[in-house]
Amino acid sequence: MAILVVAEHSNAALAAATLNTVTAAQKIGGDIHVLVAGQGVGAAAEAAAKVAGVSKVLVADNAAYAHQLPENVAPLIAELGKGYSHVLAAATTNGKNYLPRVAALLDVDQISEIIAVESADTFKRPIYAGNAIATVQSSAAVKVITVRGTGFDAAAAEGGSAAIEAVSTVTDAGKSAFVGEELAKSDRPELTAAKIVVSGGRGMQNGDNFKHLYALADKLGAAVGASRAAVDAGFVPNDMQVGQTGKIVAPQLYIAVGISGAIQHLAGMKDSKVIVAINKDEEAPIFQVADYGLVADLFEAVPELEKLL
Amino acid sequence: MKVLVAVKRVVDYNVKVRVKADNSGVDLANVKMSMNPFCEIAVEEAVRLKEKGVASEIVVVTIGPNTAQEQLRTALALGADRAILVESADELNSLAVAKLLKAVVEKEQPQLVILGKQAIDSDNNQTGQMLGALTGYAQGTFASKVEVAGDKVNVTREIDGGLQTVALNLPAIVTTDLRLNEPRYASLPNIMKAKKKPLDVVTPDALGVSTASTVKTLKVEAPAARQAGIKVKSVAELVDKLKNEAKVI
Repeated sequence: MAILVVAEHSNAALAAATLNTVTAAQKIGGDIHVLVAGQGVGAAAEAAAKVAGVSKVLVADNAAYAHQLPENVAPLIAELGKGYSHVLAAATTNGKNYLPRVAALLDVDQISEIIAVESADTFKRPIYAGNAIATVQSSAAVKVITVRGTGFDAAAAEGGSAAIEAVSTVTDAGKSAFVGEELAKSDRPELTAAKIVVSGGRGMQNGDNFKHLYALADKLGAAVGASRAAVDAGFVPNDMQVGQTGKIVAPQLYIAVGISGAIQHLAGMKDSKVIVAINKDEEAPIFQVADYGLVADLFEAVPELEKLL
Repeated sequence: MKVLVAVKRVVDYNVKVRVKADNSGVDLANVKMSMNPFCEIAVEEAVRLKEKGVASEIVVVTIGPNTAQEQLRTALALGADRAILVESADELNSLAVAKLLKAVVEKEQPQLVILGKQAIDSDNNQTGQMLGALTGYAQGTFASKVEVAGDKVNVTREIDGGLQTVALNLPAIVTTDLRLNEPRYASLPNIMKAKKKPLDVVTPDALGVSTASTVKTLKVEAPAARQAGIKVKSVAELVDKLKNEAKVI
């Protein structure tokens, strides 16, 4: 039994999410091969070969895979995947984009965003925005799975010495083309991948006041999120929304500022390792899930917090 | 061009779901059901394409129980022209749904298929991509902007770290993200008019699709409750706890 892990990478570097996926593969048990598909992926492949527990790195280096367009990458993964018992990818936007396409090409169901491995065919995953945890069993010949990074520790990035092997197959469906990309210019990390998230709610009173949170976030290297109330009130755009209909985050530290803690919001952040709530209403439901609560006026507490860091 | 929109009947997002005592699933008896929020965005986008003169007809399809007709009527009230219900009482996995949708796509021959990026019950985020594989169409997932230009559609996608734009040959599949649009509400006159719009009901058997699955749910549990935390008295104490006790900063 061997497991194929599809690497998340930026061509030049291996993304941290790959390390969490390798740990999930180790829990399943078996030889772990990593596929690095892209263009100019030499450095990422070498980094993958050094990851502890990886026995082989497959490299598909071709212009057709440059931006990991699913129309081109999915047939490659499906073709290679036939020889494996499991095909795993991180539940990043990339993994979520191509892996279901791989599963359908292999004519098997996919299991999305597992948070635990029970056995080689049984996994746990959250449903209903984390309000229930399902244990699912797969009888598929090839088990196609995305892995929620926050559910698994990162594998050691050093210590392995896997062989690197080139894959010559090239599939170019010719149905899609990369036009351009606009990556966030700020040094602030992306919300769903951030280790620390600072979020504001209706208590921020207006959009301008979010500057206090941005200042705090920059000090912490954190991403900034918001509750639906803050989005609906027009303080911030809706891509910042954390919650059941917004983004689901599980950072190491989540700081909720001026957020009451409605169930829809909690659904998006209650798997955070440590939750801090700053709210002037000591009855706010957010305090029921917060590890550390501070009953205070956020306009005094947030600048003071920023100063002390 | 013809646009096909897939919608799903799910538990309303405002409902706090409860796990059944026998751990067989989530208790959906007498719980308010609605159209999946991402599907509402998909319907809205199709209606806007029609208002811009890009789309000529909007067909809305759902796969589910007979009661899912309510969600189809909602979509018709929002501006869809006609509806198709593929009636199945069983809860189907994404692959089965994608296979059924493929059968509908073959019959209807739409130029654009719009789905939500995920349903808020199963949280799978699979169906659109699987439909892409089965039909061989290109896919533009997590779309925050959709522009049809000639025989291509430019889709701006929300990716980790920013936005990415791809050009897809038509016919193509688009799945919606939150930022794509703000869905409108159905007006009372439109709700009345929607009752007269055509709604066809077919079965998976009639479409010649097997809905067998390789995944079964063994149990469904409530998530572990968080341990009660403490209240700190000052910002200084908070910083101290985060640094020395939780060690997260």
